[in-house]
Amino acid sequence: MKGLSRRDFLKLCAGSAAAVSLSELLLPHLLEAAPASGNPPALWIQGASCTGCSVSLLDSEQPAIATILTDVISLKFHPNISGASGYLATKVINDTAAAGGFYLVVEGSVPTGANGMYCTVGETENGQTITFVDRLADLGSKAAAVLAVGTCASFGGIPAATYGGNPTTHGGPTGCMGVLEFFKQKGITTPVINVPGCPPHPDWMVGSLAHVLLYKTLPPMDQYHRPTMFYGRILHDNCQRRQYFDNSQFAKMFSEPYCLLELGCKGPFAACDSYKRQWNGVSSCILANGPCYACTDMNFPDGSSPIYQRYPDVKLPDIDASADAVGVTLGAAVVLGMAAHLVGNAVNGRLGHKEE
Amino acid sequence: MATKVVVDPITRIEGHLSIECDVDGGKVIDARTTGTLFRGWELILQGHDPRDAQDYVQRICSVCPVTHGAAAAFALDDAFGLTGQIPENGRIVRNLILGANLLHSHILHFYHLAALDYVTAPNLPPLVPQYAGDYRLPAAVNAAAVQHYLQALEIRKLAHTMLAVWGGRIPGQRGIVPGGSPANVDTEKIVQSKFLLAQVTDFIDNVYIPDVLAVAGAYKDWAAIGVGCKNLMTYGGFPMDNNGWNGKRFYSNGVYINGQAGALDPTQIGEDVQYSWYKDGIPKGPYQSVITPEPYKAAGYTWLKSPRYDGNVVEVGPLAKLWINNNATLKSILPGEAAFSVIGRHAARAVDCSNVAHAMADWLMQLTPGGPTCVPNEVPQHAEGMGINDAERGALGHWIVIDNWKIQIYNAIVPTTWNASPRDDNGQPGPMEQALVGTPVADVNNPIELVRVVRSFDPCLACAIHLITPDRKVRKFRVY
Repeated sequence: MKGLSRRDFLKLCAGSAAAVSLSELLLPHLLEAAPASGNPPALWIQGASCTGCSVSLLDSEQPAIATILTDVISLKFHPNISGASGYLATKVINDTAAAGGFYLVVEGSVPTGANGMYCTVGETENGQTITFVDRLADLGSKAAAVLAVGTCASFGGIPAATYGGNPTTHGGPTGCMGVLEFFKQKGITTPVINVPGCPPHPDWMVGSLAHVLLYKTLPPMDQYHRPTMFYGRILHDNCQRRQYFDNSQFAKMFSEPYCLLELGCKGPFAACDSYKRQWNGVSSCILANGPCYACTDMNFPDGSSPIYQRYPDVKLPDIDASADAVGVTLGAAVVLGMAAHLVGNAVNGRLGHKEE
Repeated sequence: MATKVVVDPITRIEGHLSIECDVDGGKVIDARTTGTLFRGWELILQGHDPRDAQDYVQRICSVCPVTHGAAAAFALDDAFGLTGQIPENGRIVRNLILGANLLHSHILHFYHLAALDYVTAPNLPPLVPQYAGDYRLPAAVNAAAVQHYLQALEIRKLAHTMLAVWGGRIPGQRGIVPGGSPANVDTEKIVQSKFLLAQVTDFIDNVYIPDVLAVAGAYKDWAAIGVGCKNLMTYGGFPMDNNGWNGKRFYSNGVYINGQAGALDPTQIGEDVQYSWYKDGIPKGPYQSVITPEPYKAAGYTWLKSPRYDGNVVEVGPLAKLWINNNATLKSILPGEAAFSVIGRHAARAVDCSNVAHAMADWLMQLTPGGPTCVPNEVPQHAEGMGINDAERGALGHWIVIDNWKIQIYNAIVPTTWNASPRDDNGQPGPMEQALVGTPVADVNNPIELVRVVRSFDPCLACAIHLITPDRKVRKFRVY
């Protein structure tokens, strides 16, 4: 791809252009790179989802997102947009899968309990119920690559949370898990990019897809398959309110401008770049006085509950330390999982509290 | 001999839904609705810090996350004893966040979820293929509607931008907590919101409402199709004072049963399970209701329970809210009982959208920059709380029981559970099932008429089926 080197692409995605939509920046390059053979087909399917990832994507800066969906890829099916219902819709999915070479976007957790009957998604031509797990296994094994959008599709999310106050109930009432774990169980080797967040920022979804389209290869990812260009830094280490933490000034009420740790902030283990990436073009959790609950984390929501209690009260595996020590420990763990060329940046970010 | 028509999946709604209709002589003679996703929300919430609820429940559905978050906050206000103490700024900011999501949701529903039942789509996947059917809009009107589809994408985003000004982000907004709102009120936010709101309001009044009227004009017979049960219930919406669910609200609560308007009494709400896959004989009240699944129960045909008001089947949604509030605009567009129809539900939603947009402009000017928005809260050892409010899709109630500072019972009875409910213990079909009966079906292979009826309710299945548990029996039937 001539216009934009992969190195520059990664920089652009991870860069600190707070008020600019990534889709707008990437669109010209995507259009330039669009193959003459036609736009690559894509299917978007939903399992145990709340449609939040789709709504977040819709909230991306227009008109870039509409252009990406129409001029860069050819989205053949989306449960909330498709004109077709019933078997007419199922046939579109089957025909796209049969033709091959498509990208699969998965939103929602994978409910494996009760032979998949907790989530059914249609009927075959002969009237047989199709479960979501069967559809995912079928499409997942045929797809060129899978984008698991949201914390549910990435790691299981809230439907996979422990329940009834019983910590041994992971997987939730319906045996939920993320796409990658499901693929491992089924022996499916199709590459998976996790784009967690509850919901994910639209830039994270668009940027991850764009990398695959432009360079036909996966972006650098951490051990949890999260692209490091978006998930490579810890929120707490770059937080707008970090100076208050260093000065031990903590908010006791939401309206105070100080560090939100005492109100339950989980920023010290949140791999999230919302300190520089505005949501809906105007704000973010921290800017709205909302303590971070680390929704991009593989242990969300169990690892973040109780949301509004200070941290040492939060149950984390094998950790019993002060807030700052927890930040350093988990920060280091994340750093270890990164591609080598990003380690320096992350360390700099943690120590210097600033962006490259 | 009736033909069984199955539509599975029904797309362009929130969540997973299928319907099964018996069609005889070109008309539906019986209908059943089935939701097809279960996640187990109330179970997941048990044992949690009660304050987790306001953020967890927003993921019940992210088309209407704000109303779930608000219902949880109202229930927690009630349980924590904070209802009378919410600062004016906090009350207003909550209403602005609720209102902004309503504007987004109604515009999204008409243009992006429902319009393709009436508009011929451009030849662009995934808008095509469509069912073959009687798409009647004149070519110029149809072309304009396609343009408005794209414009509406942008406009509904502006409503969300306004929401994020106060709530930080959406979905997953952070601006509503027990005791008020964490947001600070300043003039910059007020001015920014006024600017965004003006653009959205202009679109609603000059594009959305005319488009609904154009569809109503071209599909006049649809003001007599999908009539339903004609019993209605609303919890009202947008608190105007600090007196809780029965205080002054922008929309009042109430019921309309057998042609008679009446006051709302929440203790009359109960849930039947005779035709649901749950053990019979469970307590009906929302503070007590804990289900025991029975997947192979002979009489059962759905995982939805059957909520009833004093034993009555009631429809909820913008139509119920506006009808009970004697909205003159709705009744002038659709005189007599014509509002009880597919067109009536779309028209009510559009009028609701305009009403709320204009009211929000006033609410913004009632804010006090720099004033308090929130009071502190403390989780009690034992308490109960109820939060009821109309969501975008109708009456939404959350009930919480707190024991030893943790959630013991959490129960959400949501709009689509009312509307898509199965038969109750007295054999009365649910509102959507009743509305489907009598619907003409010209071609069972292209049942466009059925999805028009279903989508007029703006169903949200992720909301409705949060309760369901275990194995659903694979049913083998089907038809066309």
